[in-house]
Amino acid sequence: MDVNVVDVRHVSRRFGGHVALDDVSFSVARGEILGVIGRSGAGKSSLLRCLGALDRPDAGQILIEGQDITTLPQAGLVALRRRIGFVFQHFNLLSSRTVAGNISLPLEIAGVPRADRPQRIAELLALVGLSAHGDKWPSQLSGGQKQRVGIARALANDPALLLCDEATSALDPETTTAILDLLAEINRELGLTIILITHEMDVIRRIATHLVVLDQGRIVENAPTLAIMGAATQSAVTQALLSETQPQVPPALRARLVAEPAPDGWAIIRIQLAGEAAWQPLLSLLGQQYGVEATVLQGGTTEIAGQPFADQIVSVTGYCAEIHDFLTQFDPSLKVLGHVPADH
Amino acid sequence: MSRLIIDLIARATWETTIMVACSGLLAVLGGLPLALLMVAMRRGGLMPCPPAARLLGLVVDILRAIPFIILLVILIPVTRMIVGTSLGTAAAIVPLSLAAIPYFARIAEVSLRAVDPNLVDAVRTMGGTRWMIVRHVLIPEALPGLVAGFTVTLITLTGASAMAGAVGAGGLGDLAIRYGYQRFNTQVMSLVVVVLIVFVAIIQAAGNALSNHLRHD
Repeated sequence: MDVNVVDVRHVSRRFGGHVALDDVSFSVARGEILGVIGRSGAGKSSLLRCLGALDRPDAGQILIEGQDITTLPQAGLVALRRRIGFVFQHFNLLSSRTVAGNISLPLEIAGVPRADRPQRIAELLALVGLSAHGDKWPSQLSGGQKQRVGIARALANDPALLLCDEATSALDPETTTAILDLLAEINRELGLTIILITHEMDVIRRIATHLVVLDQGRIVENAPTLAIMGAATQSAVTQALLSETQPQVPPALRARLVAEPAPDGWAIIRIQLAGEAAWQPLLSLLGQQYGVEATVLQGGTTEIAGQPFADQIVSVTGYCAEIHDFLTQFDPSLKVLGHVPADH
Repeated sequence: MSRLIIDLIARATWETTIMVACSGLLAVLGGLPLALLMVAMRRGGLMPCPPAARLLGLVVDILRAIPFIILLVILIPVTRMIVGTSLGTAAAIVPLSLAAIPYFARIAEVSLRAVDPNLVDAVRTMGGTRWMIVRHVLIPEALPGLVAGFTVTLITLTGASAMAGAVGAGGLGDLAIRYGYQRFNTQVMSLVVVVLIVFVAIIQAAGNALSNHLRHD
């Protein structure tokens, strides 16, 4: 199916004089994981409320599976919301219901017969790894377990789209990884389209295949995650968001950087390799072929959007045009950040 | 202690129980919908209409401001219309309920307002209708608080029912006033007070137990 699950077209939303969303357009293909990132006040929450049909934009269209939700009457909205699963930052589980009861609620709302519910609840509990916890109360669970219940509940009615609102922001790093892995697994196995809204670049770049960067209600970046990570032309906002998770030149060295190459000194370069190239023993090759020394100062190889991705700050002795040409075969966007003169 | 006094106290206990139970039930039936309306019509509520919410709040407060003994007298014609007589236990239930409805409504409103609005949003995102939100979120989530508020209402009703003796409703409070205060029969009065203390203590203990049983957070 090549139809987009979500099409946002020229959406604007104002609150009094404040522009929360300004001519926002993007689309999400089926099975994609879209990350929407921005600082607080960038318009993420407004966008989320519009996507979830909790709020109507002042202008523009939002199509979910081809259906314009901005013009739907109330009755249509109620049906549509059952096609969208929501995962919340603070879980929003009912304390008056058990884990199984919480997962049962969307089924009850959708009118699933009482007799059919237990089996579906058991399937969902198994999917999120909580089969043994159905009879517990939410207050007896850890944060990560609560979010698993939140995810199971969001999946109850086989939604076309999963909207995650800062779903890992209230969790510790280890639990965040586990929840992201679960979301990636659900995406793979069920082919479910997911939109992740967050302010944490680190969260999003691991599993999001596409990124939308919002700033002051406008989209400043909209591209595949890998392309944004490697792009030479990033907006200031994107750079600021990325800098939290990207390797930097160590401060002590940064103070000694000069623009011109110095004899006997080193060049400091930034190299990014996506996909299989990330596994190349590039620095060893450099040593063998040119007899220079290359050292990784910062960075390493991680996974972005499910692919290996190397992002490193490297120092190279005797840097010259041939070495530069050799390296740019692998990373066309390679940047020479400066040179460090020899110590004496 | 004479057989007579025991009979008197037993009968009065029964009358108090009937008055408190019936008007308590009516307080919930009338007060809970009022509280839900007040919460739903607030700004940002399920069906926002702040002017109507303010008007309703005003009516509720006016009813609460009238001293019970005066309400009892004002309502005599209404009571006669509903019950057929303005005297006796059944007749006392009308003014007691009318006093308890706004009282419980305000207490219930506080509990309902304390429900996390994010839970309401969560159920809206599932496609829940207003009625589903009331039924699956507002009432169940507020239930421990509603039960605690109902307990307070029952105990306040027990106190108010003493005044219902003025219309010949009987009950424990009335017995204490007539024998203890008007006839200086300290023995009967003390006994009635002890029974009242036990009566109130049982309601409070039962209310606490139920409220705690329902609380899972």
